Formats: sequence, structure tokens, C-alpha cells
Amino acid sequence: MIDAVGRPQSVLVLGGSSEIAQATVAKLVPARCRTVVLAGREGPRLSEAVDRAKALGADVAEAVAFDATDIAGHGAFADRVFERFGDFDLVIVAAGLLGDQAADEQDPVSAASVLTTNFTGLAAAMLAVAGHLRRQGHGRLVVLSSVAGERARRANFVYGSSKAGLDAFSQGLGDSLVGTGVRVMIVRPGFVLGRMTEGMSPAPFPTTPEAVADAVVHGIESGASVVYAPPVLRWVFAVMRHLPRAVWRRMPG
Amino acid sequence: MSVPRGRRALLTGWGRTAPTAAEVVHAVHPQIVDEALDAAATAPGGAGRTRGIVARGLGRSYGDAAQNAGGAVLDATWLDAIHHVDLASGVITVGAGVSLQTLMERLVPLGWFVPVTPGTRLVTVGGAIAADIHGKNHHVDGGFCSHVLEMTLVTPTGTTSVSPASDPDLFWATAGGMGLTGVITRATLQMTPVETSYLLVDTERAPDLDTVMDKMLTGDADYRYSVAWIDCQSTGSRLGRSVLTRGDHARLEDLPDRLRLAPDRARAFVPRTLARVPITPPSGLLNPLTVGAFNEFWFRKAPRHQVAKPHHMTGFFHPLDGVGGWNRLYGGRGFLQYQFVVPDRHGETVRRVIERLSALRLASFLAVLKRFGPGDPGPLSFPIAGWTLALDIPVGFDRLDVLLDEFDQEVVAAGGRIYLAKDSRVSRAAFRAMYPRVDEWLAVRARVDPDGVLQSDLGRRLGLCAGTRPAATATGRTARAGTGPDRTPPSRPPRRKATGGTSRTRSPSTSPPSPERTGS
Repeated sequence: MIDAVGRPQSVLVLGGSSEIAQATVAKLVPARCRTVVLAGREGPRLSEAVDRAKALGADVAEAVAFDATDIAGHGAFADRVFERFGDFDLVIVAAGLLGDQAADEQDPVSAASVLTTNFTGLAAAMLAVAGHLRRQGHGRLVVLSSVAGERARRANFVYGSSKAGLDAFSQGLGDSLVGTGVRVMIVRPGFVLGRMTEGMSPAPFPTTPEAVADAVVHGIESGASVVYAPPVLRWVFAVMRHLPRAVWRRMPG
Repeated sequence: MSVPRGRRALLTGWGRTAPTAAEVVHAVHPQIVDEALDAAATAPGGAGRTRGIVARGLGRSYGDAAQNAGGAVLDATWLDAIHHVDLASGVITVGAGVSLQTLMERLVPLGWFVPVTPGTRLVTVGGAIAADIHGKNHHVDGGFCSHVLEMTLVTPTGTTSVSPASDPDLFWATAGGMGLTGVITRATLQMTPVETSYLLVDTERAPDLDTVMDKMLTGDADYRYSVAWIDCQSTGSRLGRSVLTRGDHARLEDLPDRLRLAPDRARAFVPRTLARVPITPPSGLLNPLTVGAFNEFWFRKAPRHQVAKPHHMTGFFHPLDGVGGWNRLYGGRGFLQYQFVVPDRHGETVRRVIERLSALRLASFLAVLKRFGPGDPGPLSFPIAGWTLALDIPVGFDRLDVLLDEFDQEVVAAGGRIYLAKDSRVSRAAFRAMYPRVDEWLAVRARVDPDGVLQSDLGRRLGLCAGTRPAATATGRTARAGTGPDRTPPSRPPRRKATGGTSRTRSPSTSPPSPERTGS
């Protein structure tokens, strides 16, 4: 159960090899989280993440196969993990593809795969998971969105629009869950330095997976519905949203 | 008969933290308790467990004791019949949903007071037993369950009438067992004789913590009721300045003429709600500034030294009950209570905790210190002889989690424990260290609830709810894809309905022991 000061005892991560999710798990396990289930593409990255959670002291740390694009399989996937592990206090939706904007613009199939992973696939998975959370009568669903979804930008609108969709979907899902004991928290990080952005030149106010994890943990404690990482981006984007389009589309990638 | 179904509702404890949704089943008839337990035993809950059921009274536990996410919560306030009153002996038999307020309203004018009352009279008899509550008279009279002669307990293996003599293990496991050994439906209590609804109270201010602790050590034995309010925000030489109030029930002849000559008035018990908190103000209303101002006022308002002043029971025992919904004052994020007890030789722990709070300027506006007498035999019963300090703390203070974990370590090191009725955050490890007899308690629970039907958020949080009989579906395999909501419920023999007296059914269990539930 999540306690009065917002510490979960069990977590399911969709996208278990995400650096932000792993940094979050690293903060949760020493603070009472006993069960860590990392769902993702099976491979060394995922099993190393499981080993790290075990090393931190989790009683149960396991990897389960999850493919965001296997939409038809999401219902069975959710049934399986909740049946096997019981309730989850926290579900972190962290799967996602950054894609390659230039290539994606030339290749509709590859653009669609970004959209399918980041939006369609995760939205379906969230619905499947939300059904179980609703039944268990408690839990937090944390969705890693992005400030890129606040306003689609010329330089990365494929990724941006996928996050915009995910973000909007999560807001609505959160509203639909009011009164059920389940709460949705949307996390909007800025440019996160890490594996996903390796070799890219950082945008203003870059952040790290650890800093985003701090924001996630603090947001769970305080019962926030939206958190930005770093927090200043809330105000930056409050302005950015209203920039004239002629200026906005010239924002560099 | 059909399975009673209730409405899903979001429930919290009095501290208004960590809301969870459960199906509320109204115990409009005692038989519904049986049916609800049967229904709960077959509702699938994942990891091979059912979602279970727990009884709830007036919701005055601060944390998650009377919540059961995704399962059933039995509203036991319906069981409010007064079955029998013997005015000569003061022995009464009542439904477990009767509130202490009702008992006082009905019986104080007839000369009988509840044996133990906490700081609120808005608790049920069932809740009082489940938490083995204590009052300002613990150092003289012990806890609530010391005055319980018998109770009716509905367990998943049958309904039974339990007294300290008939089944001491089950009786004392239920005392302080937080509702996880059965649903208490009825209890027989020994009330305390009183002549009036007034107390004669001595009030004195103490300039610092040492003074008040010294006064309590040397003087408490002369008083039936004793409690000290502590200003946790004062610092330096005034650290722990306090107002100590102690007293005993007034006899008619002790009262001033206006009451003495009107015995009906001297015995009247008419509680009034003076004010109500109409809305939930933003969190942060109670901050170091406002609480500091309140504490200053409260300390100065108290007389320096006043002897044998008549106080009505309501004001002396339950000052906060005059303000309806005062828990909302802490705002939307709620608050928690931290109450611990340490043995006498570790009075220093009290000082260290108050020093930390004072140094942090943490806004705790209800800090209460009192002394406990020897505890009763309940393995999970809170009181042990020594000092107990209770603190109200708003949630939202940065690193409050870490601070309270540190307090837990202090308390464990001193051989003390925290009060489960107020807890909403202790770790399993600290809990086990505080209650070393928990395995004894678990063994009794395993006897009456082998399938783990009685469940609460608190029980799950602390690992008290695992069934001991293997559940049919707890195979640890993931191959059962696509079973959806029609998952197989754990196998379970039908409960035998008792027709009175003790009756238990045990079913043979041949499968291997189930793995301890590891989730939350």
C-alpha cells in the first residue's frame, strides 16, 4: 500500500529499461518498495535493471516481456502480471521511442511506429492496467510524457505529437478515475541527458534521469497531477505555448 | 440469501491520507456480517488471494486501519443496539457499533461512565476493542479491553463468544488486533460508577519538560486521570513547557451549590458541537506561525496553578469533539499522528523527540504526554508501562518520512512501540521490532482465518494479512493468460453457521504452504 507520506511498496514499470524509470526505482526501493516488476523488451538491459533492483534490496525483482506495439496482447499482459504479483501501488509508463525526425518524415512507416509505440500502444496498455487498478481500489499511474508534447515543434513533431496524444489521453484517463482511489500523474521532462539523446546537442534547461526521478518521487508524495522536470519548464512552456507560430517553427532542433 | 452488495466509496482514516476505494456493506442486521464474510472469502483479488473484508466504526483511526482497497468494508455502526444494562452492577451488553458518546449520554445520568475513553468519544465499542484504546486513566485503570468481560466475534471459521477465560489467546489477539481476527459484533463491558458528570481538576503550568515529567512521576499516582499538553515549539530553557491537568470524578457533595442542589444537572451529559469546519482550507493553514500563536495562547490561557476546579466531562476528556470535522483544518493533504510509548527508563527518548521537533519548528499543535501503567496481555496491544507521547503532524513537511523513520529507530532502541490505531507509515521491519510477539498473534489469526479473509490496508501494508492456507491460484506461474475477471477464486470450505456458543470448522489442508504474499 502507498503510505501516508506517499511511499509505494510495489511498482510495475512499462518500459523497464528506461533510464528515468530505473532511476526512480533506485529511489523507491530503499524507501520501502519491496516488489519491482520491470516489463519491457527482454534482453541484457532489462535483466541488468532487474539485478540492480535486487541489489538495492527489493524482495521481488522480476522482468516480464512487454511490447508496447502488441496492442492485442495488452489485456492478457495486464491480467497476467496482476494475477501473479497481486496489487501494484505504482505503475510507471516509461516506454517510448524518440525516433529520427528527418528519417521519419521520409518514411511514413517508421513515423507511424513512433506514434504506435508512444501513443496508441501505451494508451491501450494504460487502459488495460487502469482496469486492474480501478478494481484494486488504489494506486498511482505515472506517465512519462514530455514538454515536447506541449506544442508540436517543426524540429520534432513526430515525437512531439505522440507525446501530445499520450499526455491528453492521460489527462482524460486521470479524470475518469477520480473517486476510484486511482490517480494519474503526468511527468513532463525537458531535454533529458542520457542514452536516448546521446549525440544530440542539449536544449535549454537540460536535466538528468536522476533529477526527473526526484521529481517523480516528490510528485507521488505530494499527490501532484502534473510535474515538470526541471520545474522551471512549467513557466517556460506557459510562455512558449503563446509564441507566434512564425517564431515557434524556427525553434531549433 | 443474496450476497449483500454495497456501494464503492473512497475511504480514509481520520488523518485523511492515502484514500482507497472499497465496497461499503452496511451491517443493517447482524446476519449480514456472516454473509459479507462469506462473500469476501470468494471475491478474487490477484496473487491467489481474496480482496477480503474489514469492519469499520466511526473512522477515528488516523491511518489505514479501517480501509480495505478493492475489497469490502463493513459499516459496523449499524450494530448499535443496547442489549442489556444492569444498573446495579454496571455490566452492560451492547452492539459493537454503539459509540462511547451514546453510552455516556444514556448512562452517565444513571451513574455509569465508560471505563476508558480516548480523546474523542466518537469511537465505537468495536473500534475501542480492536485498538485496545487507552485514556488518561491508563496508569490506574489499564486499557479498554481490561474492562471487557466478553465479546461476540464473527470469524471466517465461525461465530464465537470469547472471554478472557474461555479463549484467552483469541480474546487478547482481538484486543488491539485492528479487526484482523474477526468482526466484533457485541461486547459486554464493566462500566465505572460515577456520581456526577463533572471532574475535579487540578491544572498547573510547567515551565519546561523536566519539570512536567518530574511532576508526573511523583504525582500521577494520586490522580485517576492525568495528561500533559506540551508546546513542541518552545525552545531553549522553555523546551517542553506544558500544561498538566489531572483529576478524578466529582462526587455530588464536591460540586458548587448550583449543581449540588440540582442533581439532574450535575449528572447531565448533553454533548454539543460548538462549531464545525465547513470547508477544507488549503494545506499549510496550520504552519509554525499559526501553531506557535495557538500554543502561546493555550499556555497563557491555562491557570498557573488551580486546584479542584469542577470541569464537565465533555471539556475535560473530549475538547476537540466540540469542533465538528476538525481534521479538515490540516488541509487537503491531511495529517498524521505519531504516538509512541517507551519504558520509564527511556524518558530521554521523549526529550530527544521533542528537541528534534522544536529544532525543526515542525507545527505539531496537539502534543500530549502521559504515563501508562502496565500493559495487558494482547500481543498487539499498544500500552506498556512508561511514557507515551502523541503528536499531530501535517503531511507536506519535506523529509517527514525520514524524520519519522528516525523516530521509529529511537523508539525501537528504547524497547518501545508506536500505536497502530494512529499509524499510517511505519515500516514492516520497525513494526516487527516494536511488537516482538507478532508471530504469536499471527498464529491465532491463522487459527480463525486461515484463508486471510480479514484484510485491511494497514494489514497489507504491515504484512499481517497473508493467509496460511495455500490459495488455489497462487502458483507463481504466468501461464494463465487471458483469464480476465473470471479468475478462479481460492478454494475454501463453506463456513458453518454457529447457532450460539463456540463453533469452529477447520478444513483439512493437504497442499503445500503458500508463499508469503510479497506485494503491498
